[in-house]
Amino acid sequence: MIDWSGYLSLILEGALVTLQLTVMGSALALVMAFLAGLGRLSRFFLVRALATTYIEFFRGTSIFVQLFWVYFVLPFAGFTLTPLQAGVLALGLNVGAYAAEVVRGAVKAVGREQTEACTALNLSRYQRMRHVILPQALPLMLPTFCNNAIELLKGTAVVSLISLTDLTFQAQVVRAQTGNTLIPFTTILILYFAMAWVISVSMRWLERRMTRNLDGVRI
Amino acid sequence: MEWDWDFVWQIMPTLLEGFKITILATVLGAAVAAVIGLALAIARRSPIAAVSRTVGFVSEFIRGTPLLVQLYFIFYVLPDIGIRLSPLVAGVIGIGVHYATYTAEVYRAGIENVPRGQWEAAKAANLTTRQAWIHVILPQAVPPMIPALANYFIAMFKETPLLSAITVLELMNQAKSIANSNYRYIEPMTLVGVFFLVVSLISVVGLRWLEERYARMDD
Repeated sequence: MIDWSGYLSLILEGALVTLQLTVMGSALALVMAFLAGLGRLSRFFLVRALATTYIEFFRGTSIFVQLFWVYFVLPFAGFTLTPLQAGVLALGLNVGAYAAEVVRGAVKAVGREQTEACTALNLSRYQRMRHVILPQALPLMLPTFCNNAIELLKGTAVVSLISLTDLTFQAQVVRAQTGNTLIPFTTILILYFAMAWVISVSMRWLERRMTRNLDGVRI
Repeated sequence: MEWDWDFVWQIMPTLLEGFKITILATVLGAAVAAVIGLALAIARRSPIAAVSRTVGFVSEFIRGTPLLVQLYFIFYVLPDIGIRLSPLVAGVIGIGVHYATYTAEVYRAGIENVPRGQWEAAKAANLTTRQAWIHVILPQAVPPMIPALANYFIAMFKETPLLSAITVLELMNQAKSIANSNYRYIEPMTLVGVFFLVVSLISVVGLRWLEERYARMDD
């Protein structure tokens, strides 16, 4: 008879690491998304080129390859990262590149007449972005950001391969110690699904909140 | 540690060997995803609520959980109930079914985008359901789907490194074993990245072409 309570706490510890990675990765992804997304719309060629290179580079290879590269190759260049740092960096940069395209798309989807109206009102470029364009573009981004966040959550499973003790890693530990495969893997599948569900519910709540003030603005 | 071109040429044949498996896994996985995705899309439209709901929930579950864990599930749990699969077959099934839940959405959107009037016209012209599908609905539904499907197949190609976790000897796994036996990470890991980046960039060009050729069919 296997005493499952010890193994359950092991898996819950893993869930905490997964959660930590998801939150920190999302924060980095959000910053990168706005930097690169708005960068691609910049007036300056150099900024546009830099943003495009970043986006194409990180969308062109998978999170797995990027993670291994960050973890195994960067140390030779003098940057030694802990597995957690490498995980957050790779996940954030990867998902940030996808989300950057969302930011760009949403900003471009705001009508031209809005920009023209801002010019007519003599708003500065910053004021235009901050007070007119972004408040309308943000609600457009949220549904896709929700998908991006779930992709990031799913991406965290890969960090188990650089020996970070997340959900997937702990499930493998339980498998190795008990020889039982069904219970650990089913448990973590359910946990991942529950986390994805929490993300999508809270994003929907956020979306409702953000569009509340926009009543009457949109047709 | 510095970049060593001699080492690059020395490991190139092994990497190409792995790359062949990567391509094989992508092609087989795409075929599985295309077929199962269609089945899922049709089941989702089933008039029997129990069928459409179950299929909906299962797709939702597969999309909300990490591919890596699903691969582990297929590779470790199925043998316990008597189904033994070779790593490549397990990988192709895993990746194919995962992406089938995405392609199912593409099929669904494509079919729903055909205007109701077309169905009614087919009925008015006294076509059977089969004739309506083959001669009226599918010829209009399929072309707009092609770019979206291709997009998912590219995404799938980028995810194939995950198969290395269940011991498929594809590109990433070959690179890892080279790296571990020579203790040189820079060249193999960077080359894997370059391989994926090059194929992705080429396929982006192909995708643009497909979009121009097929995407605008509605007018």
